[in-house]
Amino acid sequence: MAVLHQRRSRAWTAPYLLLAPALVFELLVHVVPMLGGLWMSFRELNQFFLRSWVSAPPAGLGNYRFAVDFDGAVGAELLRSFSVTAAFSLLTVVFSFGLGLGAALLLQRPFRGRFLVRGLFLVPYALPIYTAAMIWKFMLDRSDGVVNAALSGAGLGGGNFWLLGGNAFLSLVVTAVWRLWPFAFLALTAGMQSVPGDLYDAAECDGAGPWQRFRFITLPVLRPVAQVLALVLFLWTFNDFNLPYMLFDQSVPSAANLVSVHVYQSSFLTWNFGLGSAMSTLLLLFLLAVVLLFLAATSWRRRAS
Amino acid sequence: MFPRSRNGGARAREPRPVRAPCLLLVLVVLSAALVGCGGQQRKLVYWASNQGSSTAQDQQVLRAELARFTARTGIPVEIEVISWNDLLNRILGAATSGTGPDVVNVGNTWSASLQATGAFVPFDAAAMDRLGGRGRFLEAAMSSTGVPGRPPAAVPLYGTSYAVFYDKRRFREAGITAPPRDWAEFLAVARKLTDPAHDRFGLTVPGASYTENAHFAFLFGVQHGAHFVDQQGHTRFTSPAAVAAVQRYVELMSCQHVVRPDDAEVSSVPEAAGDFTSGRAAMLIAQNSALPPILDSDMPAEDVGVFPLPLPNPLPPGGNPVRTHVGGSNVAVLRDSPRRAEAMELVRFLTSRRTQVDLNRAYGSLPVVKDAYDDPAFSTGNAAVFGRLLAQESAPVPMIPDESRFETTVGAGVRDLFARAAMGQRVDREQVREALADAEQQMRGAGGS
Amino acid sequence: MRREPRWTTAVRIAGLGALGAFTAVPLYVMVTTAVKPLDDVQDTFTWLPSRVTFRPFITMWSTVDLAEYFANSVVVASSAAVLSVLIAIFAAYAVSRYRFPGRNLFRVAVLSTQMFPGILFLLPLYLMYASIGQATGVLVQGSRTGLVITYLTFSLPFSIWMLVGYFDTVPAELDEAALIDGAGPLGTLLRVVLPAAKPGIAAVTIYAFMTAWGETLFASIMTDSNSRTLAVGLREYSTESSVYWNEVMAASLTVSVPVVIGFLLLQRYLVRGLTAGALR
Repeated sequence: MAVLHQRRSRAWTAPYLLLAPALVFELLVHVVPMLGGLWMSFRELNQFFLRSWVSAPPAGLGNYRFAVDFDGAVGAELLRSFSVTAAFSLLTVVFSFGLGLGAALLLQRPFRGRFLVRGLFLVPYALPIYTAAMIWKFMLDRSDGVVNAALSGAGLGGGNFWLLGGNAFLSLVVTAVWRLWPFAFLALTAGMQSVPGDLYDAAECDGAGPWQRFRFITLPVLRPVAQVLALVLFLWTFNDFNLPYMLFDQSVPSAANLVSVHVYQSSFLTWNFGLGSAMSTLLLLFLLAVVLLFLAATSWRRRAS
Repeated sequence: MFPRSRNGGARAREPRPVRAPCLLLVLVVLSAALVGCGGQQRKLVYWASNQGSSTAQDQQVLRAELARFTARTGIPVEIEVISWNDLLNRILGAATSGTGPDVVNVGNTWSASLQATGAFVPFDAAAMDRLGGRGRFLEAAMSSTGVPGRPPAAVPLYGTSYAVFYDKRRFREAGITAPPRDWAEFLAVARKLTDPAHDRFGLTVPGASYTENAHFAFLFGVQHGAHFVDQQGHTRFTSPAAVAAVQRYVELMSCQHVVRPDDAEVSSVPEAAGDFTSGRAAMLIAQNSALPPILDSDMPAEDVGVFPLPLPNPLPPGGNPVRTHVGGSNVAVLRDSPRRAEAMELVRFLTSRRTQVDLNRAYGSLPVVKDAYDDPAFSTGNAAVFGRLLAQESAPVPMIPDESRFETTVGAGVRDLFARAAMGQRVDREQVREALADAEQQMRGAGGS
Repeated sequence: MRREPRWTTAVRIAGLGALGAFTAVPLYVMVTTAVKPLDDVQDTFTWLPSRVTFRPFITMWSTVDLAEYFANSVVVASSAAVLSVLIAIFAAYAVSRYRFPGRNLFRVAVLSTQMFPGILFLLPLYLMYASIGQATGVLVQGSRTGLVITYLTFSLPFSIWMLVGYFDTVPAELDEAALIDGAGPLGTLLRVVLPAAKPGIAAVTIYAFMTAWGETLFASIMTDSNSRTLAVGLREYSTESSVYWNEVMAASLTVSVPVVIGFLLLQRYLVRGLTAGALR
């Protein structure tokens, strides 16, 4: 690594000056509003106090107590949406990762037209998210959609509702995976490129089958990439608002009630921003816990090996 | 090497401390250069709702009309037409930040909630007199302007009411000679017109729209004598009358089967209207604001008929013969507006007789002032049906500060009931009661009582 | 390279075929729906259009003010991308080339922004912009400026992370050579590090552009009719008298083409950047 400019008496300001613009914008857009949101979570900020929100009455931990009171409707609903979101994120990450890994492996060996296949695979990720959501919304319509048309054409029924009830969860996962797996593919391809091809040839000459080559060459190299990738995918998916909102408009079925949409509907639609901020803060704390767990697990692993 | 580079670096390092601030300056300038042409300070800013079939069309209609205003008063007006999806959020932002428009359209059901924010100018007796007096407005419309007993935070602007649109040709083909007069007949007619094998149903409803669901729950509730929210603001979602009311609505799909199961996915009135005009459904219960897009479609105008929503006969004990809720939009003035006098002038213009006639004719809605009704556009034909319903057979939704929460909780509950019905699951009294109990808990738990 | 055994080839073809179908069918639906007449889309789905018409591509501009939204999106996304990359370059240079207290903290903090839920800071940010607007007279809320500032910050973390990876691959000797020639740190940046990291810069530019192009939540709250972007504007197709799916798909196709082409052209640099980043 290039460590060139040591701290010298006149140069110590250099890195900070270079960092300054980034810091300014991060503070302005991320940090200060987050603190503002945190402040709001301790206030009774609803439509009565919206106009002079600085003087909204303090609510102590009241909003938080509402949010975690699992016997009450609000708390129960929040807990439910947390579990739905967790399930959704896990499934999406697992499938995206799996498909990405599969594609990366299948495209490892060059062949004619490989770049075309690669390009095709990347298109869903490149599409703006609202485009992807609209296409799938159109496809999942019960009477006019492709999915049911294809299913009935293949004799597999085809009268199902895909955007209602329990199926809504499945539809959400499929759409999310369709959109996300190319990124996993990209990242894993990048990771695999650092393995020199001769290593595989040498292993083959030694009689290693494809599975063994994968297990002993590819996997160890991929591990750091895969870990970070999985974490990032999980965070992105857990926080995603756009996809459920665009897929279901305002009528998000409870089986697909992700946390971010739930919080949005509990605050923006009912003007109860104190409660909404409390719920968002809980969401943030949860994700923080996940990240810390991840760091602990990966560094423990590294130390163990 | 180090001493060398230190010297060399020292010379070149001189300009550097200046560069970073320069960069920031460049950034600020760039940012400022990106400033769109925000509202100039002298113009009146008016946020209008989407009343017609598209925001672009609304813009044209309003611009033409307000040109008259500017010519008469010399006050320029900047109009922005906002779709209903975004309007509440934008109003919320304006009320919170103290910046925003001077005059804004609001959904009349939002009136009490907005009144509670204190961000809008109350129309006291003096203000109402400047508009021609409270008596000039339809009683029904005035009932939907805020909490009773307090000066309204908004005055009515456009009126709508619900009625049943029907396909005259389908009626003729089925040998139905007259519109149904009560609920039992209505169901019989709908069943006659339903033929699932040919994808034709008697009725279409937007089962996934929580606002429409809440309106119907409320309306049927009034017919059953149920008050979802009583005078003191307490919720009574699970009273037997309320349960019966909601059940009657959901039964259209679950038990009577006169509504397409797919309607549980339909989340907007335009979509349901599309099903009506394409022949998939013979009837549609909607507000008169659905009339322009229906007439715009391929369906021949002479095939479109309207009749009032039939009531159950006999009316359930304690029920009121109400066939529609008071629909429409109101207009309000932001308290923080620095141009209050001009804003009130604009409101006066918008509620003047001529403007009311012009705009409501363009949008297919109803005037809110009595003197506009002698115009033939509103005293004859379909408009007259809607007008009479609004004036005489309507009731306002609960004017409570938590009205929007009422709509989201009850509306979502009914939507889930429709989803169950669509998937063939049982929806009888018990399920309806549970759904309403859930909605009530959510309404209470989040701060309402 | 040895020829692979037949069964591996079969697996490869089957796998790629399945993935290809999964990826391609929705795209096919989008393209064919965009050229269908309105009757086709309001009825049961058909795999082929009854007749191919490009009319949706014409009428879509008038149903909704697509041209204005397109222009707004282009302005916002380009500005956000350019500014984000500029700021990221400076920050990445600092992290890559300097050792200073707070260096690791900065890197961790920047990455941790990935877990921030947008809902949490949406309203406070809105209020802040409104206050700035009131205090300084510079219109931030409801204008493209506000969006640009927001979006450039959203893509900063990833851009910085990736550029650090790229910069790290530029050997220190080159820097020292430039120093000997009398260049200061900025000169070194401009003359040595940047040219070597051009692909990385291209990659983060397209990433920042894509982020800004596709963002929906903040766009829906922070724009007015003058500054509305495509993300919000495209939803207006479904509030019209009936949902013109063919126009929706035509519009979707049109607005996706720039980002898709850009991404495909530059994706290999993204790959290289990811490799560089992961190897650290």
